Amino acid sequence: MAEPVLQLSDLRKSFGALKATDGVSLDLRGGEIHALIGPNGAGKSTLIHQICGSIRPDSGTIRFLGEDMAGLDMAARVRRGLGRSFQISSLAPEFSALRNVMLAVQARQGSSFRFLRPVASDGSLTGPAMTMLERVGLEARAKVPAAELSHGERRQLEIAIALALGPKAFLFDEPMAGLGPEGSKRLTGFLDGLRHEAPILLVEHDMDAVFALADRISVLVYGRIIATGTVAEIRSDPEVRRAYLGDAA
Amino acid sequence: MTALSRETLVSALLLVLLVAIPVAATMVGEPFYVTLATRIAILALAAVGLNIALGLGGLVSFGHAAFFGLGGYVAGIFATHAFNGEPLPFGLAATTSMPVIWLSAMALCGLVALPIGAISLRTSGVYFIMITLAFAQMIYYFAVSWPSYGGEDGLSIYVRNSFPGLNTAQPLPYFLLCLGVLVAGLVLFQLIKGSRFGTALEASRQNPTRLAAVGIAPFGIRLVAFAVSAMVTGLAGALFADLNRFVSPSMLSWHMSGELIVLIILGGKGRLFGPLAGAMVYVLFEYALGGITERWQFFLGLILLGVVLFARGGLLGLLAGKARHG
Amino acid sequence: MSAALLIEQLLNGLQLGVMLFLIAAGLTLIFGVMGLINLAHGSLYMIGAFACAAVAAATGSFWLGLAASLGAAAAAGALMEVAIIRRLYERDHLDQVLATFALILILSEGTRWLFGSFPLYLDIPPLLQGAVPLPGGGQYQLYRLAIIGVGIVVAVGLYLLISRTRLGMRIRAGESDREMIAALGVDIRTLYTVVFALGAALAGLAGALVGALQSVQVGMGEPALILAFVVIVIGGIGSIKGALVGAILVGVVDTMGRFLLPKLLALTMPASQANLVGAALASMLIYIVMALILALRPRGLFAGQA
Repeated sequence: MAEPVLQLSDLRKSFGALKATDGVSLDLRGGEIHALIGPNGAGKSTLIHQICGSIRPDSGTIRFLGEDMAGLDMAARVRRGLGRSFQISSLAPEFSALRNVMLAVQARQGSSFRFLRPVASDGSLTGPAMTMLERVGLEARAKVPAAELSHGERRQLEIAIALALGPKAFLFDEPMAGLGPEGSKRLTGFLDGLRHEAPILLVEHDMDAVFALADRISVLVYGRIIATGTVAEIRSDPEVRRAYLGDAA
Repeated sequence: MTALSRETLVSALLLVLLVAIPVAATMVGEPFYVTLATRIAILALAAVGLNIALGLGGLVSFGHAAFFGLGGYVAGIFATHAFNGEPLPFGLAATTSMPVIWLSAMALCGLVALPIGAISLRTSGVYFIMITLAFAQMIYYFAVSWPSYGGEDGLSIYVRNSFPGLNTAQPLPYFLLCLGVLVAGLVLFQLIKGSRFGTALEASRQNPTRLAAVGIAPFGIRLVAFAVSAMVTGLAGALFADLNRFVSPSMLSWHMSGELIVLIILGGKGRLFGPLAGAMVYVLFEYALGGITERWQFFLGLILLGVVLFARGGLLGLLAGKARHG
Repeated sequence: MSAALLIEQLLNGLQLGVMLFLIAAGLTLIFGVMGLINLAHGSLYMIGAFACAAVAAATGSFWLGLAASLGAAAAAGALMEVAIIRRLYERDHLDQVLATFALILILSEGTRWLFGSFPLYLDIPPLLQGAVPLPGGGQYQLYRLAIIGVGIVVAVGLYLLISRTRLGMRIRAGESDREMIAALGVDIRTLYTVVFALGAALAGLAGALVGALQSVQVGMGEPALILAFVVIVIGGIGSIKGALVGAILVGVVDTMGRFLLPKLLALTMPASQANLVGAALASMLIYIVMALILALRPRGLFAGQA
């Protein structure tokens, strides 16, 4: 079998006495959507921070495309092909939607130390950026500053930025958060097609979306993965039902 | 009329005023006003430099007087060595040619800004403000305690340095030269603002996490911006020393750093013409208030306080409305 | 070089450190509790010095002057907080820098207006004149020893105030969670005014104490303020303990650097040149130390969690 795109091995992180990540091993394979679910306080955020490089694990390794990520900061990991979205939209608020995406396009081209040529008339930036906005259905709002977009539009813009990076793997942190049922449904359809471009590690609370999309699901409780398997396996796993789904019932 | 075109109109008006006053003053034989306008142009240029770091990058450097003063000392030291016929340290030939002096001032300021920026940019917020201030103080005290170039008393430039094809000793040609450099600085600022680098720099101010999440490390962008900013302010320092034919540690003082920030905020932060508007108002206030009362700094403080508390967006904000971003 | 001279210089460093601590403690407290960077803190130091000198000259009593310096600086601080500073808490640091820079202009020029441009002089009170013998044969000014003593008393007092009293509890709560203490019904506006006045009084006390060692003049506040900035940056902004350690470090390093560097350099170069280079290096020394500490610990030695 081919090596997984992203592989976490025995990752551990404690804050004082709290073991936020307690020996997590997880992999993301080509072409799949791997959903990570777990109740609040299970340690999902801490895990994402470690994958992205903003928190350093106490021990364990993160390998991405075969390379050990230890010592690389967030920007370096993104340059190697890890495209992420944020749980709470994180945009450049004064820039228009288009310029937010253009920033990602220029980053992908690796050309941020050019001082003189105006970006506004640079087709190699505006062209691809507009294409990405069209893909998420935001082209009509291209000129609007990010701060003036609606919540749902900001979620779409986050996805467009991640797309523009042309990543080798996506890490989406609760992309459905705050979207209405209609918006969630549309985004679910979109992500369904996206897995063929790059595999997706999907952290999500919306169980309808998770069950509709996931090839595999991992369940995180108190910093441990208590089960990994297909949708059917997870639905019928007694430990998961007790620890997690049971809470909701 | 849109806010954008109104800002353009106000800016154009400022530039016309800046040119018209000294030309008219020369015609009626009042060279003092030419010097005043030259002072405005040079201080505006220094603030344009700071505006790259502060306005675009959100880096509140409270130590830019260091670069202003270093630029000034480069002009003073070149002039002194050339006057005495001594070579410079490191075997450089002393010259009174301004283009050489300017390039040297910019190179020195860029080189000094890199280590200062590299340490200061490991921090942010109040730490950054205080550390840039402290580094500037370090250079200030060095200048005060190193007697070779006048120490506390400063260094006189007996003959203003020269520029090919211009009589720099005359007020009006020197003003026009400084104006030309200011315009070049403004063009550079606008180009940077609209460029890929400027996009990354502005993003680092608005949301550094977003910048990192597209794969651009904010540190490198900020460091280069800090150095470029220092170079422009250093160039202004060289011009300032030649204007006054004198350079002293006061150009390096923390008061000067504060004034540079004040110029930007008075005019409007991050705006192309903010520094020019700020420098005009500041110098004219200094002149007008200074004519009425020797306590002019007291009233300047009151006005400044009023601007900070009640007129956010600065003078251009009042005249031209809210800034727009593309 | 005799041991007595070395001890004398060490004590001088300690005395400078204590003065810096009095200024830096208020600065760091105000930042820790209110998140405010106050450039005009040096002006409060100046106000304390002027109040002490003026009252001492009028009444002939240093002690009345000292009391006046505490009162004047605290009152000026409270007034400043109520009239201006409290509008700045929600602003960014840039606005705070500018507004307090404007306050410096106003206060410096205002003081010059009131007292004129000539420096005032303040005598050491008779009780503290004279010197005490040092081990190794030297003598040391009693007044400077007394300043060190005041610093120790203030440090202990601040520690007790913050760790043991109700006011201290509120200050600590204010540092960690502003909404929380408002929700608990503590009048946060009054708390802020009190903290600001306390910091101002400490700076005023420092100004009065230093006033007897050097001349009292407009502009004396700024060098002290910048040194206090170096102190709290080294110590970690918001930390009183950091301010104490940073202040002693800066005081001793600065004083010993000026004393020892020319002597050390004289071992490798001619004396006149050693004096020159040594003096220049010594004037930069604390900034170099600051840069080194920050390169290793960007948030200072005792950085808080915030």
